[in-house]
Amino acid sequence: MVRFLARRLAGSALVLLGLSAITFLLARVIPSNPAAMYIGPKARPDDIARVTHQLGLDRPLPVQYITYVRDVLGGDWGTSIGTKRPVLDEILGRLPATLELIIAAMLIAIPVGIALGVLSARWQGRAPDAIVRIVSIVGVSLPAFWLALLLQILFFRQLHLLPLTGRIDPNLRFSTPISPVTGFFLVDSLLGGNLTAFVDVLRHIVLPAVTLAAYPTGLIARMTRSAMLEALAQDYIRTARAFGLRDRLITYRLALRNALPPVLTVIGLTLAYALTGTFFVEIVFNWPGLGTFTVHALLNVDYPAVMGITLFGAVGYVLINLLVDLGQAWLDPRIRLA
Amino acid sequence: MSTAPLLAVRDLAVEFRTRDRVTRPIDGISLEVGRGEMVGLVGETGCGKTLTGLSVLGLLPRGAVIAGGEIVFDGLDLRNLPSAELRRVRGRRIAMVFQNPATALNPVFTIGTQIEQVVRTHLGLGGNPARDLIRETLVAVGLPETERVMGSYPHQLSGGMLQRSMLAMALACGPDLLIADEPTTALDVTIGAQVLQLLRRLQEAHGFSVLFVTHDLGVVRTVTDRVVVLYAGRVAELAPTVELLSHPRHPYTNGLIGAVPRPDRRGTALTMIPGTVPADPGRVPGCAFAPRCPVAVDRCRVDRPELRAIGDAGDLVACHVAEAGGMAGRSPSAVSPGTAS
Amino acid sequence: MTTPIVLTDPVPVAIRRRAFLPADPLGAAGTLVIVGLILLAILGPVAAPYPLQGTGTANVHEAMLPPGPGHLLGTDQLGRDVLSRIIVGTRNAIGVSFAVVGLAIAIGVPLGAIAGYRRGRIDAVIMRATDLALAFPSLLLAMAIVAALGPGLEHAAIALAISWWPWYTRLSRATAASLRERPFVEAARAIGVSDLRIIFGHIIPNSLSPIIVQATIDIGTVILAAGSLAFIGLGARAPEADWGLMVSEGRTVILDQWWIPTFPGLAIFIAVLAFNLVGDGLRDRFDPRHQR
Repeated sequence: MVRFLARRLAGSALVLLGLSAITFLLARVIPSNPAAMYIGPKARPDDIARVTHQLGLDRPLPVQYITYVRDVLGGDWGTSIGTKRPVLDEILGRLPATLELIIAAMLIAIPVGIALGVLSARWQGRAPDAIVRIVSIVGVSLPAFWLALLLQILFFRQLHLLPLTGRIDPNLRFSTPISPVTGFFLVDSLLGGNLTAFVDVLRHIVLPAVTLAAYPTGLIARMTRSAMLEALAQDYIRTARAFGLRDRLITYRLALRNALPPVLTVIGLTLAYALTGTFFVEIVFNWPGLGTFTVHALLNVDYPAVMGITLFGAVGYVLINLLVDLGQAWLDPRIRLA
Repeated sequence: MSTAPLLAVRDLAVEFRTRDRVTRPIDGISLEVGRGEMVGLVGETGCGKTLTGLSVLGLLPRGAVIAGGEIVFDGLDLRNLPSAELRRVRGRRIAMVFQNPATALNPVFTIGTQIEQVVRTHLGLGGNPARDLIRETLVAVGLPETERVMGSYPHQLSGGMLQRSMLAMALACGPDLLIADEPTTALDVTIGAQVLQLLRRLQEAHGFSVLFVTHDLGVVRTVTDRVVVLYAGRVAELAPTVELLSHPRHPYTNGLIGAVPRPDRRGTALTMIPGTVPADPGRVPGCAFAPRCPVAVDRCRVDRPELRAIGDAGDLVACHVAEAGGMAGRSPSAVSPGTAS
Repeated sequence: MTTPIVLTDPVPVAIRRRAFLPADPLGAAGTLVIVGLILLAILGPVAAPYPLQGTGTANVHEAMLPPGPGHLLGTDQLGRDVLSRIIVGTRNAIGVSFAVVGLAIAIGVPLGAIAGYRRGRIDAVIMRATDLALAFPSLLLAMAIVAALGPGLEHAAIALAISWWPWYTRLSRATAASLRERPFVEAARAIGVSDLRIIFGHIIPNSLSPIIVQATIDIGTVILAAGSLAFIGLGARAPEADWGLMVSEGRTVILDQWWIPTFPGLAIFIAVLAFNLVGDGLRDRFDPRHQR
């Protein structure tokens, strides 16, 4: 197991190296005037000259790359043109809000998706199967930003049940503020015994989380269904039946355990989806996270910020894949004990 | 045997129903397994022998249904048993071992866990009592390294050890009947021979009955008391092993035996049965074997022969020619008992 | 003399399929929708009730009308008929998605086929590059590329194509690797057919079914991705009729003039749904293991 871990980590490190090359190309090589992109629209010629020298853009390419990597590893990801603050700080500052949203969405998508998939396989060919399949394919086809708008119309405009935008009622900031511990409002409010805030945050997170969860739920349900059907068709399930084991044991333990590896892979894919999907959900709900920041950065051509986010997203994706691989090893003894 | 048979299958018929067609791979199979008996179910690929075994436990694949006949086990009508009761019979009173132990066992659970699941379900045992029972059973099947086996995953054990583990799983709850579906086919010959010997020993020690499904006559000769020869979803011949191998009466049996290469018949040609098995036995009006039979007469093509007793050795044959006196003039390709095969 | 052997064919007994019901009703519906979309894309503005409004001409004195006779789906802030704009926008959606997927296939499939057929170093190099490209979340990469190149429909299309080709490389490599062991390929090699010809004449044509399935589903996904990019301003620009752009434009007035962003979004949804349904149906048809 340790050997497996070591190999995977080394692999990830290599991938990160390669990714840094790509982001380097995107940041310094592909744009026609990288220095100008770095500074922004109001760049003056001497600024450009200074930055050109500072970024080493007048040096040979390999040297530039090394400078780039050195900067990145040292925490210098450039300065945001829009906010004038270091990009890395901006990213890390907004990260908790986005993470909270993504985690909330996955906490919905994974259990619901797997449950639907198992149900669908269990009752293959009957009504539950048809319903789940329709729900899944609808989930996978819905544009997130459109669903967000629809939910807003329904729950805010029509039913007046949930707030339109934002993460928390701004007034609460003053009346019952949440003491920041983790940066996750839901967790912090509970830790501080602040139930009013907790409920308020919950009301605010419901719609964005559900919107973000739609696609993953559909995808996970589909994969669970197909993996379960595949598992249920295997010889060892026939053996289990031949030995008179209970249906419930067979479905929820013997088959499901074998169906999980491809489902885990899909969960990894949906996490990757969530990384970018959150942009669209956040912008509609005005959620103060990375997504809103990214969209504004893209629109205002805040190039350092965009590049920083791209790099960050890529690193996040590599991490997700690593976790998925580790999960696979844990699930399948044949990999673990190879 | 004068006592009632443990398992009695009468006129079993199985159909495969798909959207466009229906076929009848089993078209009237009858057989009996007595207490403490090992009965071989022999036939080539596609004759329905595996399906027969699956039918007993109600494990037919999707699209297949039992279309007729009855299956009686120790007084229980298995066909019409409520599913909860059938579940209690499976693994507890009738156990089944399958051809390929590597795929028949769950790859993500240890052997110990898998057997424990069976023991827990049927005997209500868990924890230490369960593990003790499992250990005993593993030793009985020739796996003395019980801790290692119990903690191993299927992919970590050899074919022979896996098959023994399956046997352990099957015998853990002390069944009355074991259905063995080609248990040695996927194994090396020497390993397979060991498993056969083990099976025979266990059977003699504990007294359970065995329905041994195989295509290999050599295996049948080694371990079975009686043999049922299947052809195209129907019973061709049914006799005590010794009698069947020395005096086969059905032309198909004769051909099967003649097709087995043997050192004492070196230099003589192997019997070849021309043609192939019919795809849908249910559709064939007369004897299913008639198109390929060397001694078929006109009656054979239109009138399906019934299983009838011939001679006094307990030999049942479904053949018009055999009834009428046999294949006169043809030298029987017989095997005398004790000849190495 | 034995009679000649006749393999008795199973004769259908009583059970027949209901001939009038298609085997896959949802897939059939999806196909109809796709055909309709392609038609609209080809016809363009001509198919719209108000062609000029569809292509962007304002009609301000009829602004923000709710759905009703004359304007089935209402009008937007500039008085343009929403239905017409959606119809005109079909050309963008279908055009971009077909172009992107087509480009991705054109790049990815030959690369993968070469990698899978030749094995060895070429395989290693191509697959390393593919793995690296796949190590990026696709949409993020596309966004970064658009940021580097500047907004606009063509840049979005290029960015998406660049993000998409690796999937086809991987797919076609797997098929090529398995096909290469087949007898007909060995036979072709034996009589001296050149590698290139084998790849393009034998391997690729026989790899088509998984590629077609993937492509169908991908067209839907690209429509969604392009729409998303347009929504945040990285795709088509006003006054073009682009579904994603229309949703974005209507977002500010969503609470009162709900029809302005809702219907274009619905168009995206229906298009993607149709391609997904058909893709699924094709997958079931081509791969008998995936029982319905």
